[in-house]
Amino acid sequence: MARKKRRSAAYSQCLLAPRPEISLVSVPETVGQATIDGLAYLGDLTILTGRSLHAVAIAPFRGQRLRIERAIHQAMAVGVGAVPILSLISFFIGTILALQSAYELRRFGAMEFVASAVAISMTRELGPLMTAIVVIGRSGSAFAAEIGTMKVNEELDALQTMALDPVHFLVAPKFLAMALMLPCLTTWADFMGVLGGSAFGVAGAGFTFGSYIHATLSSLVLRDIITGLIKSVMFGMVITAVGCQEGLSTGLGAEQVGRSTTSAVVKSIFMVVLVDLVFTMLFYLTASHS
Amino acid sequence: MTIADQSESEAPVNEGVAICVRDLRVRYGEREVLHGVTFNVKAGETLVILGGSGSGKSTLLRTLMGLEKPSGGEIWIRGKNLCCISAHDMAELRKKLGVSFQSGALFGSMTVGENVALPLREHTRLDDSTIEVMVRLKLEEVGLSGYEDYIPAQLSGGMKKRAAVARALAMDPEILFFDEPSAGLDPIIAAGIDDLILKLKKAFKMTIVVVTHELASAFLIADRMILVDKGNIIALGTVDELKSSQQPRVRQFLDRVPEPDVAEDEGFLDRLTEHLRL
Repeated sequence: MARKKRRSAAYSQCLLAPRPEISLVSVPETVGQATIDGLAYLGDLTILTGRSLHAVAIAPFRGQRLRIERAIHQAMAVGVGAVPILSLISFFIGTILALQSAYELRRFGAMEFVASAVAISMTRELGPLMTAIVVIGRSGSAFAAEIGTMKVNEELDALQTMALDPVHFLVAPKFLAMALMLPCLTTWADFMGVLGGSAFGVAGAGFTFGSYIHATLSSLVLRDIITGLIKSVMFGMVITAVGCQEGLSTGLGAEQVGRSTTSAVVKSIFMVVLVDLVFTMLFYLTASHS
Repeated sequence: MTIADQSESEAPVNEGVAICVRDLRVRYGEREVLHGVTFNVKAGETLVILGGSGSGKSTLLRTLMGLEKPSGGEIWIRGKNLCCISAHDMAELRKKLGVSFQSGALFGSMTVGENVALPLREHTRLDDSTIEVMVRLKLEEVGLSGYEDYIPAQLSGGMKKRAAVARALAMDPEILFFDEPSAGLDPIIAAGIDDLILKLKKAFKMTIVVVTHELASAFLIADRMILVDKGNIIALGTVDELKSSQQPRVRQFLDRVPEPDVAEDEGFLDRLTEHLRL
């Protein structure tokens, strides 16, 4: 009884203990620490990307194995597996774009520009971006979960003790698969988006299917498609780097795998938008100079 | 009986010594987990590293396998110092080491056969049919004939550990590391794993390092034993030497005497909440 009393006294003392106050000094300290952490994370992503690119592009010429069969397996999972859902989403996005642009263009009697609006928006921006978001949801999270689970189960340690570098063995094939599949998926998403736009074009904007496609092709220049594809390659690398980095830095326990997976999705979306912004600015500047 | 203070002090590279550890220190951040550990593992012997939970024995094993970087000291394996070894030399050295992890660490996306074949496919130029024969041989050695096409999730705990041993044996290693080989297994399966270790030792004369806290298993398989406590080696010797030790901490471990019950300690709660009241 006496012991119980002493314990509750210790608890009360603990609860009544003065809490540390948040001072103004701690604000810049917190911001500074967050900046350092952010830069360190970017550094980790850069190192992982560099090591993976080395494994894919340089190491095979120095006698090291490039695991093509693993890359093909990944490409099937990342690319072919994403086609149905990406087709559906891109088709609807194309239709929505057509509807939204028609809403304004109708007031100016310029419905013939619906096809151009859809084509340019899809190829330059929404095709690569929607593809990246679908791939983040399907594959970026899967990379983090797969590598995170392997870490928790000591499989990464096992790879190392077998003289197999986890970056060469696990990450590099994913990089190769993503860098190849994202442009393919983006091209398909562009096509499906145009098809979705044509559904409205034919049904509600007075186009025939042939005239809609003709209007689309005449409004597009090669640069629109190429800038979108360049961005998609960059998105593929960013998604792989973030997904794999989150997996590799998973803590101990199953709960940490879930945390890594969530973190991979959130960070990937942010990084993709950031890369999109940087590249769009670059393309804008180079276009205005040329 | 050799107490840690009087432990071996031979030259780092010595005939008949497979692993030589000198003043090994390992830290996790500010916390030092191993405080200057020194011992040798003779070629062909089975050394068992004993110790309670959190004593540093698993960290010691991970450091020997090159998975943790020491903060000080030296580890010599096959004439190479792990503390300043190049990545290429480390990769070459690892091909001569086999590791059986506590959980088995089999790759869940591969079959048992593919798991065992992996090091052979990656490090040798053997053709598929030769690798297939070698996989069958290795699985037979550990009593898992016919399980090539099973995936690890279909195996029991003991079978997973056997399959992990088969994978560890794939490259015919000179040194084999076992992390808690009998942990989580029923006594019969655990005895089977002990039997397998003894069989491997007899058949291949390989150097084996085992980390465990299972006393019965340790006494059965060990040639020599190390007892690690709070990051220090407190005893080192043969099974009989360790059994006859009168050192209080060794006796407490061997006689399975529990630590004083901290939950009933008067000051336990005070100690826990001390930092909150500062």
